[in-house]
Amino acid sequence: MEIKKTSLNKLHQSNNAKFVEFAGYEMPIQYSKGIIEEHKFTRSHSGIFDVSHMGQLFIYGDESLTEELEKIFPLDLKNLKQNCSKYSFLMNEDAGIYDDLIITKIEEGYLIILNAACKDKDFEILSNLLSSKFKMNLDNNRSLIAIQGPKSVEILNSIINGVDQLNFMTGNWFDSDNQKLFVTRSGYTGEDGFEISISNDKAEKFVENLIEKGAQLIGLGARDTLRLEAGLCLYGHELDINKTPVEANLRWAISKSRLSNGGFIGSKKIMNQIQDGASQIRVGIKPEGRVIAREKTKIFNDTDKQIGEITSGTFGPSVKGPIAMGYVDKEFSKIDTKILLEVRGKKHPANVCELPFYKKNYVIGVN
Amino acid sequence: MSEVKFSKEHEWITLDGDVATIGITKHATEMLGDIVFAELPEKGSNVEKDGTAGVVESTKAASDVYTPVSGEVVDINQAIVDDPSKINDDPEGSAWFFKLKMKDQSEMDNLMNKEEYDKFAKESAS
Repeated sequence: MEIKKTSLNKLHQSNNAKFVEFAGYEMPIQYSKGIIEEHKFTRSHSGIFDVSHMGQLFIYGDESLTEELEKIFPLDLKNLKQNCSKYSFLMNEDAGIYDDLIITKIEEGYLIILNAACKDKDFEILSNLLSSKFKMNLDNNRSLIAIQGPKSVEILNSIINGVDQLNFMTGNWFDSDNQKLFVTRSGYTGEDGFEISISNDKAEKFVENLIEKGAQLIGLGARDTLRLEAGLCLYGHELDINKTPVEANLRWAISKSRLSNGGFIGSKKIMNQIQDGASQIRVGIKPEGRVIAREKTKIFNDTDKQIGEITSGTFGPSVKGPIAMGYVDKEFSKIDTKILLEVRGKKHPANVCELPFYKKNYVIGVN
Repeated sequence: MSEVKFSKEHEWITLDGDVATIGITKHATEMLGDIVFAELPEKGSNVEKDGTAGVVESTKAASDVYTPVSGEVVDINQAIVDDPSKINDDPEGSAWFFKLKMKDQSEMDNLMNKEEYDKFAKESAS
């Protein structure tokens, strides 16, 4: 299959991107300054991320759409206000996660942002679950640009006036350069920031404009170190079809009102796990030394029994040390539990720790 | 001090008497990206030509470091273990990895000179 390119591919090339294939797309892993500089620049200034490979699924419908979606997602969508977003999951009957996603109520229905590697399957699953009367559009004509970091609000507001008035996890349509942009205040770095849905033919000029105002392009490499420091899950690593939201320690994302009556796909399993506890749970892990424990690193207790596995591990440029997340048996999931990580045949001491590794700077409310 | 030689695994080596100094090339560091972890062989241990003699990790991945010649490890560069970013800053100078007391100096013969290595690195990168 031919590798797909986003509308910013030429811009990445002219900014000396090193490319990798990610979910069938040619995506920049880094630019000339490298992952650590890009990571730090995002934390101190403003980083631009091309996330156009992600799915933008528009579903149009009336009140009955909300009812049908509540049979799928563990959310209180009836009480979700227009332009408000929620983090959620598409699950199977065993509460295994097909995908994690952000769903926003818009005037005409819902906008769901899906992972690149999952979006086509998600579309198929949702098409089968939802009545055919609802129009669904996995929109390939729109790019998705994230801008993250403390200077982002000032930079973006100078181009799209009014985005500074958005609260965290809300969005709205804005007019800019004779077109409608959908902007949400959200992100995946632990910083204040925005995601902008923009038509493909306007994306390059828009990003060039952001660069002119002082933001810089950031690759997927730094996106990974930033999200890991922020303690956020990456599908295919922390989350997959064999993990449930309870095991992933994400039960905060399940609306309380939905836990008593269930009625969404996977609800039985989730309610059982909340009552009885999951046998394994996702935790943050801080190695004591400098050694980096990467994905699939085995985790042991002090009597040489394997008690879990790392799902993501890297060097955190802002934390200035190695960090990881992984799943451990429930009895080892308490903060400060001593564990051992087997790297290249040697066991290295580490501790279960609180997430995030790096404290968030989200702007929660401006009005 | 001898002429700098290079291996296909992107190490450089110089010889002073029977003591070889070994590190990784600038080209290697550019391929690896930001180095955040380095592990070196133990002082006093013996390493074999083309065997592993350490590890470097970038933000992206771990890579083995090979030794282009055999010998006893007589010194290691603790400074790069304490601050691995030094490897990116000066890979072919102050950020050497380890020193070996060589047994068989003929092991140097098949290594590349600078010109040959530059050509090799350019070809292997494309």
